[in-house]
Amino acid sequence: MTQLGQKESEIFELLKAVKDPEVPVLDITDLGVLRKVEVIDQEVLVTITPTYSGCPAMEMIEQEIVACLNQHGYPKVKVNLVLSPAWTTDWMSEEGKVKLKAYGIAPPEKATEDKSALFPEQKKVGCPQCNSKNTELVSQFGSTACKALYKCLDCQEPFDYFKCL
Amino acid sequence: MTNDLLKYVLRRADSELVLGHRMSEWCGHGPELEEDIALINISLDHLGQSRSLYQYAAAVDGEAKTEDHYAFQRNERDFGNFLICELPNGHYGNTIARSFFYDVHSLLFYERLVHSADKTLAAIAEKSLKEVKYHFRHSAEWVIRLGDGTEESHAKMQEAIDEIWTYTGELLTDDELDIEMNKQGIGVLNSSLKDAWYNKVEAVLNEATLKIPEGAYFQTGGKSGIHTEHLGYLLAEMQYLPRQHPEATW
Repeated sequence: MTQLGQKESEIFELLKAVKDPEVPVLDITDLGVLRKVEVIDQEVLVTITPTYSGCPAMEMIEQEIVACLNQHGYPKVKVNLVLSPAWTTDWMSEEGKVKLKAYGIAPPEKATEDKSALFPEQKKVGCPQCNSKNTELVSQFGSTACKALYKCLDCQEPFDYFKCL
Repeated sequence: MTNDLLKYVLRRADSELVLGHRMSEWCGHGPELEEDIALINISLDHLGQSRSLYQYAAAVDGEAKTEDHYAFQRNERDFGNFLICELPNGHYGNTIARSFFYDVHSLLFYERLVHSADKTLAAIAEKSLKEVKYHFRHSAEWVIRLGDGTEESHAKMQEAIDEIWTYTGELLTDDELDIEMNKQGIGVLNSSLKDAWYNKVEAVLNEATLKIPEGAYFQTGGKSGIHTEHLGYLLAEMQYLPRQHPEATW
């Protein structure tokens, strides 16, 4: 994230109203999806990056960014999608992780695990309900591309884990 | 130059789209709920990767085309996907074997494409690579589980590996376009992935107690638009609606 001017900072704050449609407790700044805000002449250029290539939420997020800024007196808005540097769960804010856990989704651990190794050591994921680390992976693929399925072996609750990328 | 790049980008996009479409046919039919979800998640990744590539193709093409044009308005002979991507789903072992061979290739291919002189391709590779690592782990784990499973699952998995093996040759050979794109620092030579591909495949098949096929005859043609009889049916289903109702939107 580059140093922002006053106007850019204001716009950045406004964009906290744009939520992830799949995980509505997170806004696009919590997720790290919002990369850059620039004001060039009268036009606002907003740069975002997708969490996954096929993320179906991106179009909705784009529309909501434009609608949000239009509403706040910025009629000319352009949304630019970049792929590099590729999004990583490390960009999720600490505040975002707290919100995620309160919502019942285990927040991502640091994304250092080597997924190209066949059986890398699995991270111990904490249960968002009872905080037990005695949990088990059910499937690497969950209700959306960004989540894996886990279950807690202590409280027996199944839960989503926002997986590392 | 522009033409070569366009063709190169479209070929990769076609492979991702066709495999993604095939996997989407499992939606609602997976052997268990978690697998149904996993296959569709992976299918969505392939589709997303193809969209990034088609969007780039449209920018390179410069003829006011959109990503949808390439997916829905071209015929079989215009598609340059690897033959392996269009093979029917078969039983679960076939689907897994097909993905496994392709995923190992993708992993190695994108690892190198990250260094492409073409900044857009490098960015798409960087993004895709993160997703492909999950795909590889999924398909490899199932090869092992089914290979080193019951007598029946072992036999079916071996049969699938043997059958689909004949479609892996294309993944590891180059045609003129691959060579030209590599010369320009843009593309990756498939032949340069051969040893690493073979080693990775061998490691997983050994773990799965499966035999590595010895067949040296390989099917070819996908990259130059000569396809199996299966692709036409896939395109017919996928393209029917946009061709019949070109004004339709959602």
